[in-house]
Amino acid sequence: MGKKASTFTNMTLTLFVITVVAGISLGYINQVTEGPIAQAKLQRTTNALNDVLPEFNNSPIDDMWKLKTEVVKDSIEIYPGMIDGERIGSAIVASSEKGYNGLIKIMVGFKPDGSIINIRVLEQKETPGLGTKIKNEKFISQYRDKNPATFNLKVKKDKGEVDAITGATITTRAYSEAVQLAYDILMENKTQEKTNE
Amino acid sequence: MEYILIIIAAVFVNNIVLSQFLGICPFLGVSNKLSTSVGMSGAVLFVMTIATLVTYLLYQFVLTPMGMEYLRTITFILVIASLVQMVEIILKKVSPALYQALGVFLPLITTNCAVLGVAILALGLEDASLLKAVVFAIANAIGFALAIVVFSSIREKLELADLPEGMKGVPINLLVAGLLSLAFLGFAGLV
Amino acid sequence: MSEKIDQKQNFLKGIIKDNPVFVMLLGMCPVLGVTSTAFNGLGMGMATLFVLLMSNIVVSIIKSQVPAKVRIPAFIIIIASFVTIVEMVLEAFIPFLYEQLGIFIPLIVVNCLILGRAEAFASKNNLLSSIIDALGMGIGFTIALVALGASRELLGSGSLFDFRFVSEDASTLILFILPPGAFIALAYLSIIFNKVTAKMT
Repeated sequence: MGKKASTFTNMTLTLFVITVVAGISLGYINQVTEGPIAQAKLQRTTNALNDVLPEFNNSPIDDMWKLKTEVVKDSIEIYPGMIDGERIGSAIVASSEKGYNGLIKIMVGFKPDGSIINIRVLEQKETPGLGTKIKNEKFISQYRDKNPATFNLKVKKDKGEVDAITGATITTRAYSEAVQLAYDILMENKTQEKTNE
Repeated sequence: MEYILIIIAAVFVNNIVLSQFLGICPFLGVSNKLSTSVGMSGAVLFVMTIATLVTYLLYQFVLTPMGMEYLRTITFILVIASLVQMVEIILKKVSPALYQALGVFLPLITTNCAVLGVAILALGLEDASLLKAVVFAIANAIGFALAIVVFSSIREKLELADLPEGMKGVPINLLVAGLLSLAFLGFAGLV
Repeated sequence: MSEKIDQKQNFLKGIIKDNPVFVMLLGMCPVLGVTSTAFNGLGMGMATLFVLLMSNIVVSIIKSQVPAKVRIPAFIIIIASFVTIVEMVLEAFIPFLYEQLGIFIPLIVVNCLILGRAEAFASKNNLLSSIIDALGMGIGFTIALVALGASRELLGSGSLFDFRFVSEDASTLILFILPPGAFIALAYLSIIFNKVTAKMT
Protein backbone atom coordinates (compact mmCIF):
# COMPACT_ATOMS: atom_id res chain seq x y z
CA MET A 1 0.00 0.00 0.00
CA GLY A 2 1.39 3.38 -1.02
CA LYS A 3 1.56 5.03 2.38
CA LYS A 4 3.20 8.40 2.39
CA ALA A 5 6.48 8.66 4.23
CA SER A 6 6.34 10.27 7.67
CA THR A 7 8.47 13.28 6.83
CA PHE A 8 7.90 16.49 8.71
CA THR A 9 6.46 18.33 5.70
CA ASN A 10 4.14 15.46 4.87
CA MET A 11 2.81 15.19 8.41
CA THR A 12 2.26 18.92 8.85
CA LEU A 13 0.68 19.26 5.45
CA THR A 14 -1.71 16.34 5.98
CA LEU A 15 -2.90 17.54 9.38
CA PHE A 16 -3.21 21.07 8.07
CA VAL A 17 -5.34 20.03 5.12
CA ILE A 18 -7.59 17.83 7.26
CA THR A 19 -8.05 20.58 9.83
CA VAL A 20 -8.88 23.19 7.20
CA VAL A 21 -11.40 20.93 5.48
CA ALA A 22 -12.96 20.02 8.83
CA GLY A 23 -13.08 23.66 9.93
CA ILE A 24 -14.71 24.87 6.74
CA SER A 25 -17.33 22.15 6.63
CA LEU A 26 -18.20 22.68 10.30
CA GLY A 27 -18.49 26.40 9.75
CA TYR A 28 -20.86 25.76 6.87
CA ILE A 29 -23.04 23.31 8.82
CA ASN A 30 -23.09 25.73 11.74
CA GLN A 31 -24.48 28.41 9.46
CA VAL A 32 -27.12 26.06 8.12
CA THR A 33 -28.28 24.87 11.54
CA GLU A 34 -28.03 28.20 13.40
CA GLY A 35 -31.51 29.31 12.37
CA PRO A 36 -33.29 26.03 13.16
CA ILE A 37 -31.51 25.81 16.55
CA ALA A 38 -32.72 29.27 17.57
CA GLN A 39 -36.17 28.35 16.28
CA ALA A 40 -36.23 25.11 18.26
CA LYS A 41 -35.35 26.98 21.47
CA LEU A 42 -38.10 29.53 20.84
CA GLN A 43 -40.54 26.74 20.07
CA ARG A 44 -40.00 25.24 23.54
CA THR A 45 -40.99 28.47 25.24
CA THR A 46 -43.94 28.93 22.89
CA ASN A 47 -45.18 25.40 23.57
CA ALA A 48 -44.97 25.96 27.32
CA LEU A 49 -46.78 29.30 27.00
CA ASN A 50 -49.60 27.73 24.99
CA ASP A 51 -49.95 25.15 27.73
CA VAL A 52 -50.19 27.48 30.70
CA LEU A 53 -52.01 30.50 29.28
CA PRO A 54 -55.50 30.89 27.84
CA GLU A 55 -55.61 31.86 24.19
CA PHE A 56 -53.77 35.12 23.53
CA ASN A 57 -53.15 37.25 20.45
CA ASN A 58 -50.10 39.24 21.51
CA SER A 59 -46.56 37.91 21.48
CA PRO A 60 -45.72 37.14 25.12
CA ILE A 61 -42.12 36.43 24.17
CA ASP A 62 -41.62 39.96 22.85
CA ASP A 63 -43.49 41.46 25.81
CA MET A 64 -41.52 39.43 28.36
CA TRP A 65 -39.52 41.18 31.06
CA LYS A 66 -37.09 39.89 33.64
CA LEU A 67 -36.82 40.53 37.36
CA LYS A 68 -33.94 39.96 39.75
CA THR A 69 -34.80 38.69 43.23
CA GLU A 70 -32.73 37.74 46.22
CA VAL A 71 -34.56 34.44 46.61
CA VAL A 72 -33.14 32.58 43.60
CA LYS A 73 -30.05 33.04 41.45
CA ASP A 74 -31.85 32.77 38.13
CA SER A 75 -33.74 35.86 37.10
CA ILE A 76 -37.48 35.51 36.97
CA GLU A 77 -39.27 35.91 33.66
CA ILE A 78 -42.76 37.31 33.30
CA TYR A 79 -44.71 36.70 30.10
CA PRO A 80 -47.99 38.66 29.86
CA GLY A 81 -50.78 37.08 27.83
CA MET A 82 -53.17 39.59 26.26
CA ILE A 83 -56.12 39.80 23.93
CA ASP A 84 -56.35 43.13 22.09
CA GLY A 85 -54.17 44.78 24.71
CA GLU A 86 -56.11 43.50 27.70
CA ARG A 87 -54.25 41.26 30.13
CA ILE A 88 -55.90 37.84 30.30
CA GLY A 89 -53.19 36.05 32.21
CA SER A 90 -49.50 35.91 33.06
CA ALA A 91 -46.98 33.14 32.75
CA ILE A 92 -44.13 33.30 35.24
CA VAL A 93 -40.92 31.30 35.10
CA ALA A 94 -39.69 30.64 38.62
CA SER A 95 -37.35 28.13 40.17
CA SER A 96 -36.17 26.57 43.40
CA GLU A 97 -32.79 25.07 44.15
CA LYS A 98 -34.08 22.93 46.99
CA GLY A 99 -35.00 19.97 44.80
CA TYR A 100 -33.55 16.56 45.63
CA ASN A 101 -30.87 17.09 43.01
CA GLY A 102 -30.92 20.86 42.92
CA LEU A 103 -32.65 23.15 40.47
CA ILE A 104 -36.31 22.78 39.54
CA LYS A 105 -37.53 25.36 37.03
CA ILE A 106 -41.20 25.72 36.23
CA MET A 107 -43.56 27.95 34.28
CA VAL A 108 -46.81 28.84 36.05
CA GLY A 109 -49.77 30.38 34.28
CA PHE A 110 -52.04 32.65 36.35
CA LYS A 111 -55.41 34.23 35.66
CA PRO A 112 -55.60 37.97 36.39
CA ASP A 113 -57.21 37.20 39.76
CA GLY A 114 -54.17 35.11 40.75
CA SER A 115 -55.60 31.61 40.44
CA ILE A 116 -53.42 28.99 38.79
CA ILE A 117 -54.25 27.92 35.24
CA ASN A 118 -51.55 25.33 34.62
CA ILE A 119 -47.94 24.48 35.46
CA ARG A 120 -45.18 23.16 33.22
CA VAL A 121 -41.80 21.84 34.35
CA LEU A 122 -39.01 23.39 32.28
CA GLU A 123 -35.93 21.94 33.96
CA GLN A 124 -35.40 19.34 36.65
CA LYS A 125 -32.85 16.75 37.72
CA GLU A 126 -35.01 14.75 40.10
CA THR A 127 -34.89 10.98 40.56
CA PRO A 128 -36.45 9.24 37.54
CA GLY A 129 -39.63 7.46 38.53
CA LEU A 130 -40.01 9.31 41.84
CA GLY A 131 -39.37 13.05 41.68
CA THR A 132 -40.15 13.15 37.97
CA LYS A 133 -43.81 12.52 38.83
CA ILE A 134 -44.09 16.32 39.20
CA LYS A 135 -44.75 16.18 35.46
CA ASN A 136 -47.72 13.84 35.86
CA GLU A 137 -51.24 15.06 35.28
CA LYS A 138 -52.46 13.61 38.57
CA PHE A 139 -49.98 15.72 40.53
CA ILE A 140 -50.53 18.96 38.61
CA SER A 141 -54.32 18.71 38.82
CA GLN A 142 -54.29 19.48 42.55
CA TYR A 143 -52.89 22.96 41.81
CA ARG A 144 -55.18 23.82 38.93
CA ASP A 145 -57.82 26.53 39.51
CA LYS A 146 -56.53 27.08 43.05
CA ASN A 147 -55.80 30.60 44.20
CA PRO A 148 -52.68 30.69 46.39
CA ALA A 149 -54.34 33.49 48.37
CA THR A 150 -56.70 30.90 49.84
CA PHE A 151 -54.92 27.63 49.01
CA ASN A 152 -51.92 26.91 51.25
CA LEU A 153 -49.15 25.82 48.90
CA LYS A 154 -47.17 24.00 51.59
CA VAL A 155 -47.26 20.19 51.66
CA LYS A 156 -49.57 18.51 54.17
CA LYS A 157 -46.62 17.48 56.36
CA ASP A 158 -45.85 21.19 56.81
CA LYS A 159 -49.52 21.96 57.57
CA GLY A 160 -50.34 23.00 54.01
CA GLU A 161 -52.82 21.56 51.53
CA VAL A 162 -50.60 19.93 48.90
CA ASP A 163 -50.45 16.14 48.64
CA ALA A 164 -46.77 15.28 48.41
CA ILE A 165 -45.64 12.60 45.94
CA THR A 166 -44.94 9.38 47.80
CA GLY A 167 -41.21 9.07 48.29
CA ALA A 168 -40.53 12.54 46.94
CA THR A 169 -41.56 15.01 49.64
CA ILE A 170 -38.41 17.09 49.12
CA THR A 171 -39.17 17.42 45.42
CA THR A 172 -42.77 18.40 46.11
CA ARG A 173 -41.66 20.99 48.66
CA ALA A 174 -39.26 22.61 46.21
CA TYR A 175 -41.89 22.55 43.46
CA SER A 176 -44.49 24.18 45.68
CA GLU A 177 -41.95 26.73 46.81
CA ALA A 178 -41.33 27.70 43.20
CA VAL A 179 -45.09 28.03 42.62
CA GLN A 180 -45.34 30.25 45.71
CA LEU A 181 -42.46 32.38 44.46
CA ALA A 182 -44.17 32.77 41.09
CA TYR A 183 -47.36 33.86 42.87
CA ASP A 184 -45.54 36.36 45.09
CA ILE A 185 -43.86 37.88 42.06
CA LEU A 186 -47.20 38.11 40.29
CA MET A 187 -48.77 39.94 43.21
CA GLU A 188 -45.87 42.38 43.58
CA ASN A 189 -45.91 43.21 39.88
CA LYS A 190 -49.59 43.02 39.21
CA THR A 191 -49.94 46.40 37.62
CA GLN A 192 -46.52 46.62 36.03
CA GLU A 193 -45.95 46.48 32.31
CA LYS A 194 -42.80 46.00 30.35
CA THR A 195 -42.47 49.71 29.64
CA ASN A 196 -42.38 50.92 33.25
CA GLU A 197 -39.96 48.26 34.36
CA MET B 1 -17.91 26.31 51.88
CA GLU B 2 -18.98 26.44 48.27
CA TYR B 3 -15.89 24.52 47.24
CA ILE B 4 -16.45 21.88 49.89
CA LEU B 5 -19.93 21.37 48.47
CA ILE B 6 -18.53 20.97 44.96
CA ILE B 7 -16.06 18.38 46.22
CA ILE B 8 -18.62 16.36 48.17
CA ALA B 9 -21.07 16.51 45.28
CA ALA B 10 -18.50 15.35 42.74
CA VAL B 11 -16.90 12.62 44.85
CA PHE B 12 -19.97 11.06 46.45
CA VAL B 13 -23.32 12.34 45.22
CA ASN B 14 -22.69 12.55 41.49
CA ASN B 15 -19.77 10.17 41.34
CA ILE B 16 -18.39 10.43 37.86
CA VAL B 17 -18.19 6.69 37.28
CA LEU B 18 -21.01 5.23 39.32
CA SER B 19 -23.74 7.75 38.66
CA GLN B 20 -22.61 9.75 35.61
CA PHE B 21 -21.22 6.77 33.68
CA LEU B 22 -18.09 8.54 32.50
CA GLY B 23 -14.80 6.67 32.37
CA ILE B 24 -16.42 3.26 32.32
CA CYS B 25 -13.83 1.79 29.94
CA PRO B 26 -10.83 2.15 32.29
CA PHE B 27 -13.12 1.39 35.23
CA LEU B 28 -13.90 -2.05 33.80
CA GLY B 29 -10.67 -2.47 31.85
CA VAL B 30 -7.78 -1.76 34.20
CA SER B 31 -9.33 -2.63 37.53
CA ASN B 32 -8.23 -6.25 37.87
CA LYS B 33 -5.37 -5.28 40.18
CA LEU B 34 -5.33 -2.73 42.97
CA SER B 35 -1.88 -1.46 41.98
CA THR B 36 -2.84 -0.74 38.34
CA SER B 37 -6.00 1.06 39.39
CA VAL B 38 -3.98 3.30 41.71
CA GLY B 39 -1.63 4.09 38.83
CA MET B 40 -4.52 4.86 36.51
CA SER B 41 -6.10 7.14 39.12
CA GLY B 42 -2.86 9.08 39.41
CA ALA B 43 -2.64 9.54 35.67
CA VAL B 44 -6.29 10.64 35.47
CA LEU B 45 -5.85 13.16 38.29
CA PHE B 46 -2.87 14.63 36.50
CA VAL B 47 -4.36 14.87 33.02
CA MET B 48 -7.89 15.80 34.07
CA THR B 49 -6.73 18.79 36.10
CA ILE B 50 -4.42 20.18 33.43
CA ALA B 51 -6.87 19.45 30.62
CA THR B 52 -9.75 21.23 32.37
CA LEU B 53 -7.50 24.21 33.14
CA VAL B 54 -6.41 24.56 29.52
CA THR B 55 -9.76 23.88 27.87
CA TYR B 56 -11.55 26.26 30.23
CA LEU B 57 -9.19 29.11 29.38
CA LEU B 58 -9.36 28.27 25.70
CA TYR B 59 -13.15 28.24 25.70
CA GLN B 60 -13.55 31.48 27.66
CA PHE B 61 -10.84 33.53 25.97
CA VAL B 62 -10.59 32.13 22.44
CA LEU B 63 -13.69 30.26 21.31
CA THR B 64 -16.39 32.41 22.96
CA PRO B 65 -15.00 35.81 21.90
CA MET B 66 -14.67 34.52 18.34
CA GLY B 67 -18.19 33.10 18.35
CA MET B 68 -16.92 29.64 17.53
CA GLU B 69 -18.42 27.67 20.39
CA TYR B 70 -19.43 24.99 17.94
CA LEU B 71 -15.78 23.99 17.59
CA ARG B 72 -15.78 23.00 21.29
CA THR B 73 -15.72 19.24 20.86
CA ILE B 74 -13.00 19.17 18.21
CA THR B 75 -10.78 21.68 20.04
CA PHE B 76 -11.10 19.97 23.38
CA ILE B 77 -10.27 16.51 22.10
CA LEU B 78 -7.22 17.85 20.24
CA VAL B 79 -6.06 19.70 23.35
CA ILE B 80 -6.46 16.56 25.43
CA ALA B 81 -4.70 14.35 22.90
CA SER B 82 -1.74 16.68 22.59
CA LEU B 83 -1.63 17.31 26.35
CA VAL B 84 -1.35 13.61 26.97
CA GLN B 85 1.58 13.45 24.55
CA MET B 86 3.25 16.44 26.17
CA VAL B 87 2.76 15.17 29.69
CA GLU B 88 4.31 11.91 28.59
CA ILE B 89 7.39 13.61 27.14
CA ILE B 90 7.84 16.00 30.05
CA LEU B 91 7.40 13.30 32.68
CA LYS B 92 9.99 11.16 30.94
CA LYS B 93 12.55 13.98 31.19
CA VAL B 94 11.66 15.49 34.55
CA SER B 95 10.61 12.61 36.71
CA PRO B 96 11.48 9.15 35.38
CA ALA B 97 10.11 7.59 38.57
CA LEU B 98 6.68 9.09 38.06
CA TYR B 99 6.86 8.16 34.38
CA GLN B 100 7.57 4.57 35.36
CA ALA B 101 4.45 4.57 37.51
CA LEU B 102 2.04 6.35 35.16
CA GLY B 103 3.60 5.89 31.73
CA VAL B 104 1.63 2.92 30.49
CA PHE B 105 -1.69 4.52 31.42
CA LEU B 106 -1.14 7.85 29.70
CA PRO B 107 -1.93 6.80 26.10
CA LEU B 108 -5.15 5.18 27.32
CA ILE B 109 -6.35 8.47 28.76
CA THR B 110 -6.97 10.15 25.41
CA THR B 111 -10.01 7.96 24.93
CA ASN B 112 -11.08 8.13 28.58
CA CYS B 113 -14.35 9.96 28.25
CA ALA B 114 -14.16 11.14 31.86
CA VAL B 115 -11.46 13.66 30.88
CA LEU B 116 -13.41 15.17 27.97
CA GLY B 117 -16.63 14.86 29.94
CA VAL B 118 -15.33 16.81 32.93
CA ALA B 119 -13.83 19.48 30.66
CA ILE B 120 -17.26 19.98 29.07
CA LEU B 121 -19.21 19.75 32.32
CA ALA B 122 -16.92 22.33 33.95
CA LEU B 123 -18.16 24.91 31.44
CA GLY B 124 -21.69 24.47 32.70
CA LEU B 125 -20.99 25.08 36.40
CA GLU B 126 -22.99 27.82 38.10
CA ASP B 127 -21.05 31.10 38.32
CA ALA B 128 -18.16 29.30 36.68
CA SER B 129 -14.69 30.59 37.35
CA LEU B 130 -11.29 29.17 36.58
CA LEU B 131 -10.67 28.19 40.19
CA LYS B 132 -14.05 26.50 40.40
CA ALA B 133 -13.44 24.55 37.21
CA VAL B 134 -10.09 23.30 38.51
CA VAL B 135 -11.54 22.32 41.89
CA PHE B 136 -14.32 20.53 40.03
CA ALA B 137 -11.77 18.62 37.93
CA ILE B 138 -9.72 17.56 40.95
CA ALA B 139 -12.84 16.50 42.84
CA ASN B 140 -14.01 14.38 39.92
CA ALA B 141 -10.59 12.78 39.60
CA ILE B 142 -10.80 11.87 43.29
CA GLY B 143 -14.26 10.46 42.68
CA PHE B 144 -12.88 8.38 39.83
CA ALA B 145 -10.02 7.16 42.03
CA LEU B 146 -12.37 6.24 44.87
CA ALA B 147 -14.65 4.23 42.58
CA ILE B 148 -11.91 2.35 40.76
CA VAL B 149 -9.85 1.60 43.89
CA VAL B 150 -12.84 0.21 45.78
CA PHE B 151 -13.91 -1.75 42.71
CA SER B 152 -10.51 -3.30 42.10
CA SER B 153 -10.15 -4.29 45.75
CA ILE B 154 -13.42 -6.18 45.46
CA ARG B 155 -12.34 -7.78 42.20
CA GLU B 156 -9.10 -9.04 43.74
CA LYS B 157 -11.08 -10.88 46.39
CA LEU B 158 -13.64 -12.05 43.87
CA GLU B 159 -11.03 -13.93 41.88
CA LEU B 160 -10.94 -16.57 44.58
CA ALA B 161 -14.70 -16.91 44.77
CA ASP B 162 -16.53 -19.91 43.36
CA LEU B 163 -18.95 -18.59 40.74
CA PRO B 164 -21.52 -20.19 38.44
CA GLU B 165 -20.08 -20.64 34.94
CA GLY B 166 -22.26 -18.01 33.23
CA MET B 167 -21.47 -15.38 35.85
CA LYS B 168 -17.71 -15.46 35.40
CA GLY B 169 -15.93 -12.52 33.86
CA VAL B 170 -17.94 -9.56 32.63
CA PRO B 171 -21.35 -10.26 34.22
CA ILE B 172 -20.12 -10.54 37.80
CA ASN B 173 -18.02 -7.39 37.38
CA LEU B 174 -21.05 -5.50 36.14
CA LEU B 175 -23.13 -6.78 39.03
CA VAL B 176 -20.49 -5.65 41.54
CA ALA B 177 -20.39 -2.26 39.84
CA GLY B 178 -24.19 -2.14 40.09
CA LEU B 179 -24.09 -2.83 43.82
CA LEU B 180 -21.39 -0.18 44.31
CA SER B 181 -23.51 2.28 42.37
CA LEU B 182 -26.47 1.36 44.57
CA ALA B 183 -24.36 2.13 47.64
CA PHE B 184 -23.41 5.52 46.21
CA LEU B 185 -27.09 6.22 45.56
CA GLY B 186 -27.37 6.51 49.32
CA PHE B 187 -25.46 9.79 49.13
CA ALA B 188 -28.11 11.37 46.89
CA GLY B 189 -29.77 14.40 48.41
CA LEU B 190 -26.76 15.02 50.66
CA VAL B 191 -25.92 18.34 49.06
CA MET C 1 -18.34 -15.63 -5.10
CA SER C 2 -15.80 -15.83 -2.33
CA GLU C 3 -15.90 -12.03 -2.06
CA LYS C 4 -19.64 -12.16 -1.37
CA ILE C 5 -19.41 -14.70 1.45
CA ASP C 6 -16.61 -12.69 2.94
CA GLN C 7 -18.80 -9.56 3.08
CA LYS C 8 -21.65 -11.40 4.74
CA GLN C 9 -19.30 -12.62 7.46
CA ASN C 10 -17.85 -9.15 7.66
CA PHE C 11 -21.30 -7.71 8.33
CA LEU C 12 -22.46 -10.37 10.78
CA LYS C 13 -19.32 -10.32 12.94
CA GLY C 14 -20.27 -6.90 14.29
CA ILE C 15 -23.64 -8.17 15.39
CA ILE C 16 -22.74 -11.49 16.96
CA LYS C 17 -19.17 -12.75 17.10
CA ASP C 18 -17.50 -9.41 17.84
CA ASN C 19 -20.50 -7.51 19.17
CA PRO C 20 -19.02 -4.20 20.37
CA VAL C 21 -20.98 -4.15 23.61
CA PHE C 22 -21.41 -7.74 24.73
CA VAL C 23 -18.14 -9.19 23.43
CA MET C 24 -15.63 -6.37 23.02
CA LEU C 25 -16.92 -4.07 25.79
CA LEU C 26 -16.31 -0.96 23.71
CA GLY C 27 -18.05 2.36 24.18
CA MET C 28 -19.55 1.40 27.50
CA CYS C 29 -20.17 4.95 28.73
CA PRO C 30 -23.08 5.77 26.43
CA VAL C 31 -24.30 2.16 26.69
CA LEU C 32 -24.88 2.61 30.40
CA GLY C 33 -25.49 6.35 30.50
CA VAL C 34 -28.32 6.94 28.04
CA THR C 35 -30.28 3.70 28.09
CA SER C 36 -32.96 4.56 30.63
CA THR C 37 -35.48 4.28 27.77
CA ALA C 38 -35.55 2.29 24.54
CA PHE C 39 -35.96 5.46 22.49
CA ASN C 40 -32.81 7.04 23.93
CA GLY C 41 -30.92 3.83 23.20
CA LEU C 42 -32.13 3.91 19.60
CA GLY C 43 -31.21 7.58 19.21
CA MET C 44 -27.72 7.07 20.60
CA GLY C 45 -27.26 3.94 18.48
CA MET C 46 -28.20 5.77 15.28
CA ALA C 47 -25.97 8.75 16.10
CA THR C 48 -23.04 6.43 16.73
CA LEU C 49 -23.81 4.41 13.60
CA PHE C 50 -23.73 7.59 11.53
CA VAL C 51 -20.39 8.78 12.92
CA LEU C 52 -18.90 5.31 12.62
CA LEU C 53 -20.04 4.93 9.01
CA MET C 54 -18.82 8.37 7.92
CA SER C 55 -15.47 8.09 9.66
CA ASN C 56 -14.87 4.61 8.23
CA ILE C 57 -15.68 5.92 4.74
CA VAL C 58 -13.40 8.95 5.00
CA VAL C 59 -10.56 7.04 6.66
CA SER C 60 -10.74 4.31 4.05
CA ILE C 61 -10.62 6.84 1.21
CA ILE C 62 -7.72 8.92 2.50
CA LYS C 63 -5.74 6.11 4.13
CA SER C 64 -2.93 6.09 1.58
CA GLN C 65 -2.47 9.88 1.89
CA VAL C 66 -1.96 9.96 5.64
CA PRO C 67 1.57 9.43 6.98
CA ALA C 68 1.59 6.65 9.55
CA LYS C 69 2.87 8.75 12.44
CA VAL C 70 0.06 11.28 12.40
CA ARG C 71 -2.76 8.89 11.57
CA ILE C 72 -4.28 8.86 15.07
CA PRO C 73 -4.58 12.68 15.35
CA ALA C 74 -5.90 12.75 11.78
CA PHE C 75 -8.56 10.16 12.63
CA ILE C 76 -9.52 12.04 15.77
CA ILE C 77 -10.08 15.27 13.83
CA ILE C 78 -12.23 13.43 11.29
CA ILE C 79 -14.31 11.74 13.99
CA ALA C 80 -14.68 14.95 16.01
CA SER C 81 -15.95 16.79 12.92
CA PHE C 82 -18.68 14.25 12.30
CA VAL C 83 -19.63 14.26 15.97
CA THR C 84 -19.98 18.03 15.89
CA ILE C 85 -22.18 17.73 12.81
CA VAL C 86 -24.41 15.22 14.60
CA GLU C 87 -24.55 17.52 17.61
CA MET C 88 -25.65 20.54 15.59
CA VAL C 89 -28.16 18.63 13.47
CA LEU C 90 -29.78 17.00 16.52
CA GLU C 91 -30.02 20.31 18.35
CA ALA C 92 -31.66 21.91 15.34
CA PHE C 93 -34.08 19.20 14.28
CA ILE C 94 -34.61 16.77 17.19
CA PRO C 95 -34.13 19.06 20.24
CA PHE C 96 -35.96 16.57 22.46
CA LEU C 97 -33.41 13.84 21.81
CA TYR C 98 -30.57 16.37 22.05
CA GLU C 99 -31.59 17.21 25.60
CA GLN C 100 -32.07 13.60 26.60
CA LEU C 101 -28.66 12.47 25.38
CA GLY C 102 -26.93 15.58 26.72
CA ILE C 103 -23.21 15.29 27.28
CA PHE C 104 -23.06 11.85 25.69
CA ILE C 105 -23.33 13.38 22.21
CA PRO C 106 -19.97 15.18 22.27
CA LEU C 107 -18.57 12.13 24.04
CA ILE C 108 -19.17 10.01 20.93
CA VAL C 109 -15.71 11.34 20.00
CA VAL C 110 -14.07 9.23 22.68
CA ASN C 111 -16.17 6.16 22.02
CA CYS C 112 -13.33 3.65 21.60
CA LEU C 113 -15.49 1.71 19.14
CA ILE C 114 -15.17 4.40 16.46
CA LEU C 115 -11.45 5.10 16.74
CA GLY C 116 -10.92 1.37 17.14
CA ARG C 117 -12.66 0.53 13.85
CA ALA C 118 -10.92 3.37 12.02
CA GLU C 119 -7.52 2.18 13.21
CA ALA C 120 -8.03 -1.58 13.10
CA PHE C 121 -10.22 -1.91 10.04
CA ALA C 122 -10.83 1.09 7.80
CA SER C 123 -7.17 2.10 7.60
CA LYS C 124 -6.31 -1.34 6.20
CA ASN C 125 -9.28 -2.27 4.02
CA ASN C 126 -11.03 -1.00 0.91
CA LEU C 127 -14.05 1.26 0.84
CA LEU C 128 -16.76 -1.38 0.43
CA SER C 129 -15.46 -3.60 3.22
CA SER C 130 -15.12 -0.56 5.49
CA ILE C 131 -18.71 0.48 4.85
CA ILE C 132 -19.98 -3.01 5.60
CA ASP C 133 -17.82 -3.26 8.68
CA ALA C 134 -19.20 0.05 9.96
CA LEU C 135 -22.78 -1.00 9.26
CA GLY C 136 -22.33 -4.33 11.05
CA MET C 137 -20.62 -2.82 14.07
CA GLY C 138 -23.02 0.12 14.21
CA ILE C 139 -26.08 -2.09 14.00
CA GLY C 140 -24.65 -4.49 16.59
CA PHE C 141 -24.07 -1.51 18.88
CA THR C 142 -27.58 -0.16 18.25
CA ILE C 143 -29.20 -3.55 18.93
CA ALA C 144 -27.39 -3.79 22.24
CA LEU C 145 -28.44 -0.26 23.23
CA VAL C 146 -32.06 -0.79 22.28
CA ALA C 147 -32.17 -4.16 24.07
CA LEU C 148 -30.75 -2.63 27.23
CA GLY C 149 -32.94 0.46 26.97
CA ALA C 150 -36.06 -1.61 26.35
CA SER C 151 -35.50 -3.94 29.28
CA ARG C 152 -34.71 -1.04 31.62
CA GLU C 153 -37.72 0.97 30.48
CA LEU C 154 -40.02 -2.04 30.71
CA LEU C 155 -38.92 -2.97 34.24
CA GLY C 156 -38.32 0.54 35.51
CA SER C 157 -41.25 2.53 34.14
CA GLY C 158 -43.58 -0.17 32.83
CA SER C 159 -43.53 1.21 29.29
CA LEU C 160 -41.85 0.58 25.97
CA PHE C 161 -41.02 3.36 23.48
CA ASP C 162 -43.24 5.56 25.69
CA PHE C 163 -46.20 3.21 25.27
CA ARG C 164 -47.41 2.56 28.83
CA PHE C 165 -48.45 -0.89 29.99
CA VAL C 166 -49.32 0.17 33.51
CA SER C 167 -50.96 3.31 34.91
CA GLU C 168 -48.89 6.42 35.59
CA ASP C 169 -48.64 5.92 39.32
CA ALA C 170 -48.23 2.16 39.46
CA SER C 171 -45.22 0.96 41.44
CA THR C 172 -42.50 -0.20 39.08
CA LEU C 173 -38.95 -1.39 39.68
CA ILE C 174 -37.52 2.12 39.71
CA LEU C 175 -34.09 0.66 40.42
CA PHE C 176 -33.75 -0.18 36.74
CA ILE C 177 -33.96 3.39 35.49
CA LEU C 178 -31.55 4.55 38.19
CA PRO C 179 -27.79 4.23 37.60
CA PRO C 180 -27.31 0.88 39.44
CA GLY C 181 -29.99 -0.67 37.26
CA ALA C 182 -27.89 0.01 34.17
CA PHE C 183 -25.05 -2.17 35.45
CA ILE C 184 -27.35 -4.89 36.73
CA ALA C 185 -29.49 -5.09 33.59
CA LEU C 186 -26.39 -5.20 31.37
CA ALA C 187 -24.92 -7.98 33.51
CA TYR C 188 -27.94 -10.20 32.95
CA LEU C 189 -28.27 -9.25 29.28
CA SER C 190 -24.68 -10.29 28.64
CA ILE C 191 -25.30 -13.64 30.37
CA ILE C 192 -28.27 -14.19 28.07
CA PHE C 193 -26.24 -13.07 25.04
CA ASN C 194 -23.42 -15.48 25.90
CA LYS C 195 -25.85 -18.39 26.38
CA VAL C 196 -27.64 -17.74 23.10
CA THR C 197 -24.51 -17.27 21.01
CA ALA C 198 -22.82 -20.28 22.63
CA LYS C 199 -25.71 -22.44 21.44
CA MET C 200 -25.64 -20.96 17.95
CA THR C 201 -22.00 -21.76 17.29
